[in-house]
Amino acid sequence: MADALLRAVEITKSFSGVRALRGVSFDLARGEVHALVGENGAGKSTLIKIVTGALAPDSGSLLVSGRAVDRMDPALARALGIAAIYQQPALFPHLTVAENIAIALEPLTAWRRVDWTARRRTAAELLERVGASIDPDRVADTLSMPEQQLLEIAKAVGAAARVLIMDEPTASLSGREVGRLFGVIERLREENLGIVYISHRLEEILTLADRVTVLRDGESVATRRRGELNQASLIKLMIGRELSTIFPEREGQAGADDVALELRRVSSRAGIHDVSLTLRRGEILGLAGLVGSGRTELAGTVFGLTPPDRGEVFVGGRPVVITSPQGAIALGVGCVPEDRRRDGVVPPMAVDENVTMASLGSVSRRGLIARDLERTITGRYVAELHVKTGSLEDPVESLSGGNQQKVALARSLAANPAVLILDEPTQGVDVGSKAEIHALMRSLAGRGMAILMISSELPEVLGMSDRIAVMRNGTIAGVLARAEATQERVMALALGHQC
Amino acid sequence: MLTAYRREAGVAVAILLLAVVMSAAAPGFFTAENLNDIFLANLPVLIIALGMTFLIVTGEIDISVGSVFAVCGIVAGSLAKWNLPLALVAAMTCAAGATFGAVNGLLAAYIQVPSIVVTLAVMIALRDALRWITQGAWVQDLPANFQWLSFTQASYPLVVTGLAGTLFLSFAWASRSVAGVRAMYATGSNPAAARLAGIDTRLMKSAAFVSVGMLTGLAALLNSARFNQIPANAGLGLEMKVIAAVVIGGTSITGGRGTVLGTLLGVILLGAIGPALTFIGVSAYWERAAQGGIILIAVALDALSGRAEAYASHLVPARA
Repeated sequence: MADALLRAVEITKSFSGVRALRGVSFDLARGEVHALVGENGAGKSTLIKIVTGALAPDSGSLLVSGRAVDRMDPALARALGIAAIYQQPALFPHLTVAENIAIALEPLTAWRRVDWTARRRTAAELLERVGASIDPDRVADTLSMPEQQLLEIAKAVGAAARVLIMDEPTASLSGREVGRLFGVIERLREENLGIVYISHRLEEILTLADRVTVLRDGESVATRRRGELNQASLIKLMIGRELSTIFPEREGQAGADDVALELRRVSSRAGIHDVSLTLRRGEILGLAGLVGSGRTELAGTVFGLTPPDRGEVFVGGRPVVITSPQGAIALGVGCVPEDRRRDGVVPPMAVDENVTMASLGSVSRRGLIARDLERTITGRYVAELHVKTGSLEDPVESLSGGNQQKVALARSLAANPAVLILDEPTQGVDVGSKAEIHALMRSLAGRGMAILMISSELPEVLGMSDRIAVMRNGTIAGVLARAEATQERVMALALGHQC
Repeated sequence: MLTAYRREAGVAVAILLLAVVMSAAAPGFFTAENLNDIFLANLPVLIIALGMTFLIVTGEIDISVGSVFAVCGIVAGSLAKWNLPLALVAAMTCAAGATFGAVNGLLAAYIQVPSIVVTLAVMIALRDALRWITQGAWVQDLPANFQWLSFTQASYPLVVTGLAGTLFLSFAWASRSVAGVRAMYATGSNPAAARLAGIDTRLMKSAAFVSVGMLTGLAALLNSARFNQIPANAGLGLEMKVIAAVVIGGTSITGGRGTVLGTLLGVILLGAIGPALTFIGVSAYWERAAQGGIILIAVALDALSGRAEAYASHLVPARA
């Protein structure tokens, strides 16, 4: 493989002490479709960002057409013919198709006469080459999702890209559109482009890819030719690891009989449909699924951010209509959102102000905050959750990620929820805090709280949950009891494949 | 503590510097009469700026206060001429202001038109409607009991000082102790997190708009009572003075941060600089330039310290 279009050798990258990639090597030949697969967080996006110059590796080297590149940056990557197409196309929505292509191709000189005829002709030629019938004069934001993707491909082809990286290109396409996209990829392959193809859809990978590289926990596990793989062996390669964390023991029999939360055929405009689910008191129900399968959207629907359009919701056995977070909180439903800095805490405000934010009513009398009561309550949660903070008046932004997450948790707990939704409760949290959060969840469930835990980390789902519901394409693909759940079965449900 | 009140301390030092310069260059500046004039002239700015502080804290802004001020002045005068009881005149004037605030709040918070656009439209519409309705005529022949609101010319400043002081103290106290005001800070600091904490962010924003409107009505009433006629074009440029004072006082224009103490100091600095220049013989035309300069310095300091803090937070690891 002396003539590899692109070669990454022994790439290592850490983010604040967490190893995202460890010694990953990867190469791409001319006229090859090379698929990159792995669970959420396996390191695919990090690798792509390093190849396109968005991130610098800690160690390792990049070679483009056999020549070493010392310092890759986005402009250099483009000049070397590396183009990436992301899930969300990055177009200028108010400009026309031809203008969008022109911006990618024409030199950025301020004083230059614009040759509109040439612009349109180039655009038409490029679109023709990728097999798209789009009028160059259309405004970009009138394009459908597949059309936008084709436009992105046309831009990349026009910029003489030799390496095309496609990140989940089929995530928002229908079956017919996928077929058409594959036709385009086939044509590009014949033109000797190299294509890095990232997808969660194993059947696509097994139809399209010449080779497949599997990443797991930041390491490259295997690179195989398509003929050597089937869906089952691919899944095994993706998840084959031991449970690395010790999870707290259950205290007695979990799952009392009374139902705390029940959904019956709930659909909402957030993109979930026909979701039926029961959550009992004292139970931790794990919600697994791939990124984009609708887990966070389901949480938003229950919590009143995107109220259901159809279906029924019962809290504590009574039918309820939840149309806002304050309505949800009043009914005893709490939610700790996934992105804590954006949604979970108000970083510049003090620890105590954050903790009581969802329960201001209960720490105030006639609208006046009882500061003593506020401090008592905050003190209790800070102690119980082991929040490490200088004082209760310190701004939350001065705490570490794990402690911020505990403050976000305390905020929900202070409102005394009967049902608690936790969206990725331990994401980006250090190991110590993670164990503490797990222990806390177990003890909350032991006291009768019903917990719905969304997690992308399979060992966590398997280790913490009493039952596991798996989502795929906006609905529940299956529910597994703890005894019958294995990593393979969860992954198979998430990917839509029967083992 | 000092870092938390750095901005307030900075403005206070600037005021002290100004005082030192004036006592050396023009001791006549400090006569009771002169200070009284400056105070009364800036009273409307202070009263409205208290409400504006909380509104800007929620992440919104109201530039219609100058026009609302003019309308409320005419309303107060007209009601007084119908010989309604003074208390009723006062209540209705504040209610008129609150109504305009509610309209602004409804459009900005619920229909989600950017507040600068909403209040710009209201500012223009009210100003021109007033011009058309009054045909530019001032309200004259006010009843005797309206002048100085039935107090005497000598006691009136004391009464309004007491009123403004009470307002200031209650706003300062509210910013720490009233649940709704806490919710306003949360709303402006991180709307998404506030909403997920069950705070009705739209209601908080609307409430802040209504309070600005009500305070504008009060300010208009107190100002009208000082004169024996009420102009139809009052409050021109008032919104700029109010917003400038709030910003100089350290309230973040993007919301979430700010104190009424800072606003008070901002009003004092901004209000004193013009008369001070006149006193030391600088042409009055420089007043605006000086005010603009102060705003620029304050905002530039904000940007610099913000950048320094962001930089420092990269260098200093967060506590584990």
